[in-house]
Amino acid sequence: MQLINTLLGGFSVGMIYAAFALALVLIWQSTRIVNFAQAPMAMITTFIALKVIESGASYWIGFTVALVAGLVLGALVERLVIRYVDHDNHINPVILTLGLFIVLHALAAIVFGSSFRSFPAAFDLTGIKVGGETLALTPFSIFTILVVVAVMAALRLLFMKTDLGLTMRATAFNREVASVLGVKVNRALTLGWALAALVGSLSGLLIAGGGLVHPAYMDGVVVYGFVAAVLGGLDSPAGAVVGGLVMGIVLALVSGYLGSGLVPLAALIVLVVVLLVRPGGLFSTTKERTV
Amino acid sequence: MRRIVSSPMLRRGLAAIALLIVSVFLIDMLSDYRQSQVSSVAYLAIAAGGLSVLIGLNGQLSLGHGAFMAIGAYTVAKMLQDGKEAPMLVLLVAAVIVTALVGAIVAVAAARLQGPYVAGATLALAVAVPALAVHFRDALGGEPGLRVSSPDVPTSIDDALFFLTGTETGTSQWLATVSVACLVVTFLLLRNLSQSRVGRQWRAVRDDPVAAQLAGINLGRSRIVCFIVSAACAGLAGGLMAMVTRVAAPSGFTLILSLTLLMAVVLGGLGTLTGALIGAALLTLLPTYVTNAGSSLGLSDLQSAELAPLVLGLTTIAVVLLAPAGLVGSIAPALRRLRTPSTDTSVTTTITRGEQS
Repeated sequence: MQLINTLLGGFSVGMIYAAFALALVLIWQSTRIVNFAQAPMAMITTFIALKVIESGASYWIGFTVALVAGLVLGALVERLVIRYVDHDNHINPVILTLGLFIVLHALAAIVFGSSFRSFPAAFDLTGIKVGGETLALTPFSIFTILVVVAVMAALRLLFMKTDLGLTMRATAFNREVASVLGVKVNRALTLGWALAALVGSLSGLLIAGGGLVHPAYMDGVVVYGFVAAVLGGLDSPAGAVVGGLVMGIVLALVSGYLGSGLVPLAALIVLVVVLLVRPGGLFSTTKERTV
Repeated sequence: MRRIVSSPMLRRGLAAIALLIVSVFLIDMLSDYRQSQVSSVAYLAIAAGGLSVLIGLNGQLSLGHGAFMAIGAYTVAKMLQDGKEAPMLVLLVAAVIVTALVGAIVAVAAARLQGPYVAGATLALAVAVPALAVHFRDALGGEPGLRVSSPDVPTSIDDALFFLTGTETGTSQWLATVSVACLVVTFLLLRNLSQSRVGRQWRAVRDDPVAAQLAGINLGRSRIVCFIVSAACAGLAGGLMAMVTRVAAPSGFTLILSLTLLMAVVLGGLGTLTGALIGAALLTLLPTYVTNAGSSLGLSDLQSAELAPLVLGLTTIAVVLLAPAGLVGSIAPALRRLRTPSTDTSVTTTITRGEQS
């Protein structure tokens, strides 16, 4: 029974990691940057949701405000900072996102305070009872799974069936060619970052639901989400989703049977083992480093 | 004979000894508080120097140097636990060796990975190591961490310092002296290493891996050696930090430490030891000034404490966008241009960097 509950818990957390990994992949595909600042961006929008809810509005208004805030924050970050970085040097973009990481962390601590605050959940957090046994499947985790699936389906529709999605794919494929063919490349990039930040904010809200938030509460998630994205090959949205689920279940098993303090180490070991066996990730089409 | 006298190693060695003797006098003149600040600048500069060499000379990014500092600190703390005693030199050498061993394992993995993957793996390391300290509560002390007893000043050295300065040596003065000595020795070694054959290989690997491999350089080995050297520096820094702060606790080695260390190195200028020193001084002194400014603006203590990372992060973003070579990297060439036609560059400790590719 414990095993089933651990797996169920891992599955719903894995959906959240999948959403976060998807956000990283979206940005990686279009700009070749791993956005480490995704975690504090999601943290900020979750705090905004908390402020809205604390001021008396309903959970759903807070939820929507946070998603819109994520959209705006992502667009602002791309428009004001990322656009001007030298992309030829692979170290500068990473340092830039880490600079953002520290800035957002500090800003959140100054504006919202650095104490632990509890965040409400939209649905009940007690497990569903099946035949006298309480499962670790709560109405909130069902909601989590459904929301993430819905967002993924919406993104897939957007990218595959709409003109807007087509221009964004063209930009990610080859910026110069897309620009020659009349795609407004800059607009597509800004929109890409905005969408990614929205998905990131969603994962932040879902992680926070029924738990505690503080400026560092997403720091672990950025590691697990990154490992999930790498598992999938950083380039593949479907891979990111599978990677997220795998990470969720593996980490739930480690946490349940070995202790939660070993979870980050387990993530590191998974990352290194995967990269040593398949340097491009499990679903990659990219080539291994040859030199 | 002339060759020996003019050898760079000997010349720099003598300069280092002179610098050490001067710093003994300078440290003696400072208050206890300033002495502890000197220690803190020194150990942060050691870690920053190692990180700067790794990123600037070898092109490998590490977001996990805070974790290596933690390993050095916990090594020292474990060796002094339960009233055990060991000479300071033994403690520091042990911190360096243990960290170098862990660094070797990480290096073997990192050498096979590309930019963003190395960053992610070392990020995971930075989060994993403090979590381990919490998990193994019995051995590593959990959240509150391990206490580190402050070292006694050895009698012979107390006598020697008394001979030089004419005053008794207090604990903080002793720690500041040792930290500065470690800093001078580490920078001397790093500078010689970076200007030797090994350092030229590191730069070759950074600038063009294919060409470097064609020239017969073993890329993997070169990357691994550089990573181990860098991790060992962080281990030494961590060992000193444990003695100076008298505690090794997870809260001292958060992800933010790793990231601010990286910011400091970028601000100073990647690949330059002077830049690492400036960055370390910034990390130590900035919080005091900014926190005071915050308090006078009416922020609470907790809020003002966050101003330092805020300023650091904003400055880093500005530097990366506007002057990617960092402070030393941007200012030193300008100074050199002013000094032409004189070609004497031995005064600056700038390590020549190739084009950033």
